[in-house]
Amino acid sequence: MPLLEIDDLAVTFATPGGDVRAVDGVSLSVDEGGATAVVGESGSGKSQTAFSVLGLLAKNGRATGAVRWDGEDILNAPDRRLRTLRGEEIGIIFQDPMTSLNPFMRVGSQLAEALTEHRGVSRREAEREAGRMLDAVRIPDAKARLRQYPHEFSGGMRQRVMIAMALLNRPRLLIADEPTTALDVTVQAQIMELLADLRREFGMALLLITHDLGIVAGACEETVVMYGGRVMEKGPTADLFAAPTHPYTVGLLAAVPRIDGDGDLAAIPGDPPDMSRPLPGCPFTPRCPLAHAPCPTVRPPMDGRRACHAPVPDVRALAARLAPEAAE
Amino acid sequence: MLVYSIKRILVAIPVLLILVIVSYLVMVLAPGGPTSSERTLPAAVIANIEARYGLDQPLWKQIYDYVENVVLRFDFGPSFLRRDLSVNDMIAQGFPVTLTYGALSFVLAVAVGVPLGVVAAVRQNTWLDYLAVGFSVGAQVLPNFVMAPILVVIFTVWLGWLPAGGWNGGAPENLVLPVIALGTSFMASIARLTRSSMLETMNSGFIRTARAKGMPMRKVVLRHALKPAMLPVISYLGPTFVGMITGSVVIDYFFSTGGIGGFLVNAALNRDYSTMMGITILIGALTILFNLLVDLTYAWIDPRIRY
Ligand SMILES: Nc1ncnc2c1ncn2[C@@H]1O[C@H](COP(=O)(O)OP(=O)(O)OP(=O)(O)O)[C@@H](O)[C@H]1O
Ligand code: SF4
Ligand SMILES: [Mg+2]
Repeated sequence: MPLLEIDDLAVTFATPGGDVRAVDGVSLSVDEGGATAVVGESGSGKSQTAFSVLGLLAKNGRATGAVRWDGEDILNAPDRRLRTLRGEEIGIIFQDPMTSLNPFMRVGSQLAEALTEHRGVSRREAEREAGRMLDAVRIPDAKARLRQYPHEFSGGMRQRVMIAMALLNRPRLLIADEPTTALDVTVQAQIMELLADLRREFGMALLLITHDLGIVAGACEETVVMYGGRVMEKGPTADLFAAPTHPYTVGLLAAVPRIDGDGDLAAIPGDPPDMSRPLPGCPFTPRCPLAHAPCPTVRPPMDGRRACHAPVPDVRALAARLAPEAAE
Repeated sequence: MLVYSIKRILVAIPVLLILVIVSYLVMVLAPGGPTSSERTLPAAVIANIEARYGLDQPLWKQIYDYVENVVLRFDFGPSFLRRDLSVNDMIAQGFPVTLTYGALSFVLAVAVGVPLGVVAAVRQNTWLDYLAVGFSVGAQVLPNFVMAPILVVIFTVWLGWLPAGGWNGGAPENLVLPVIALGTSFMASIARLTRSSMLETMNSGFIRTARAKGMPMRKVVLRHALKPAMLPVISYLGPTFVGMITGSVVIDYFFSTGGIGGFLVNAALNRDYSTMMGITILIGALTILFNLLVDLTYAWIDPRIRY
C-alpha cells in the first residue's frame, strides 16, 4: 500500500466567470520513503493537487475523488482530523517563500508554534529545537536568526526557513511545491541538495512539484507529467526521460535547457489551455504536433502509463526529430 | 522609535506655529470683529475696545503677542463676544465634556466595529456576515445629524428611557445618546474596513502556511491574521478622529451637551474670532498628536517599518 494515494482527484473553483476545473481526474501515489515528482507548466494544476491533500484549497474550491493516507480517505475530512496530519505527519513547503512567512512575526515564533501545536513542549524548548533545525537546513548563526523577522532574510534563506518549519515534526511525507523556482540558480542547487540530504537523514517520502524537469532526475524515482489539470504520462523517472511516450513529455524534455547548447529554450509553442472552457478531448490538442482526428473530441484514456491517441512509435519519431542527440 | 517620535514632535512645532499665525491673519483680514454690531459705536468706544484686545498695535506686534501668549502661557486671550468668559474658560468648560463622550464614542466604534468585521469575515456568506454587513451599511447611510433625532424619537419620545439632552455632569443616562449618535457611523465604517481587510489577509500565503501547521482556525485568525488586517483600520483612525471632532459640533448643538463644539458654533455665528482661533489651534494640536500616535502604533505592529 502506498503512503499517499491520490485517486481520480478533481478540483473545481467557482468564479464569477463560471466554474474553473483546475484538476481533472488526477491519480498518483507516493510510497513510504519514496519520491514522486509532479511536473507540468504553469497553471497545469500542480499546486491545487497538493493543496487538496491537506484541505488547503481556497474557499471557492471543491475537491472530489479520493486522497488516501495510509489507506484512509482524508479528502474533505473534517478539519479536526486534517489538523492532526498537517505539519505533524505531512509537511508542506509552498511555492513562494516571499509570501509564505508571516511578515509580522519573528521567525523563531513561527517555527516554534509548528512544534507546540502538536507536542506538549514549552515555547522555550520549541525555540531551541527550531534553532537546531535552522542549523540543519544550514542557516548560519541560527540562534540570532530566530529573533529576526522574515524581511531580514533573503529568498533562499526564507525557503530554508520554510523547509525547517515543514521538517520540525519529522513528517513522514514532505510536499515541496516548487521549492526552488523563486530562487537563483546556485541557491536552487543548494536547496535540492539539502532536500536530498534531509530525506536520507529522516527517511521521509517526498512529493516534489516543479515545472523544471532539470531537477527531477536526481531527486525522484517516479514522475507524473500534468497538463491542463490532467495527467499526460507517468512512470519511473528513468523510463520517462529515456523513452517518453507522450508528445507533451517530449516537448517538455526538448525544452530543458542544455548546458552545452546556446542556452536557447526550445519551449513548446502555443498557450496553456483555458481551464474555464476545457476541450472534451485532449487538452494538449491545440499545441500538439501529433494531433489528429479524435484528439479534440475524444478524451484519451489513461492506460497506466499515458493518456494519448497517437501510437507510441509516432511519439518516438517526434522525440528523435526534436532532440536528435538525446535519442540513441 | 523614540528619536522618530521626538523628530515628529519637533516638526509639529513649526506646523502649529504656522497654524497659529495663519489663524490670526485670517482673523485680521476677515470682516468684522468685536466692534462690529448693529449700532454704530462712537469712535472713542471703538478705540477703547480695540485697545482692550490689542488691535491698536501694529500687526507684527499683535501676532508676536498672540503667539507668545499661546505658546508660553497657553493663554488664548479674551473672547471677542463674552465678557464673562475667556477663551481658556470656554475650553476648560467644553473640552472635558467633548473628550468624555468623544473618547467613549471612539472606544465604542473600535471595540464593536473590529470584532464585528472579524466575525463577518471569518463567517463570510453566513447569516452572521449578512447581518453584520446589513447593519453596517444601514449605520453608514445614517449620518449623526439624522441618527440623533431618530434616537431621541425612539428613546426619549416613545420609550421615555433617556433624556433628550443636557450634560448633568456626564451622568450615564445623558451620555448614552450622544455616544451612540456620534460613534455609530464610524463603528460601521470600521466594521466594513475590518471585514474586507480581514478577507484579504485570510487569502494570503502566510495564512495558508499557518493552516498547514495544523493550527485551529481561531488561532490562525487571532495570531496570524488580526495584526495585518488591522493596519488599514489603524490608518483610518486618524480621519475618524477628525470626523468625530466635526461630528461633535452637531452633537453639542443637538443634545446641548455643552462641549467644545457648541462654543465653536456659537463663536462662528457671532464673529467671536478669538474663540474660534483658540479652539481651532487646540484641535489642530490634538490632531497632530493623534496622528503621531497612529503612526507609532502602525510601526509597532509592522516590523518592516523602522524609523
Ligand atoms: N481560488 C481560485 N479560483 C479560481 N481559479 C483558481 C483558484 N486557484 C487556482 N485557480 C486556477 O487553477 C489553475 C491551476 O492552478 P495551480 O496553482 O494548481 O497551477 P500550478 O500548476 O501550480 O502552476 P504554477 O507553476 O504557476 O504554480 C490555474 O489556472 C489557476 O488560475
Ligand atoms: S491525444 Fe492527441 S492531442 Fe493529445 S497528446 Fe496525444 S496526439 Fe497529441
Ligand atoms: Mg503552483
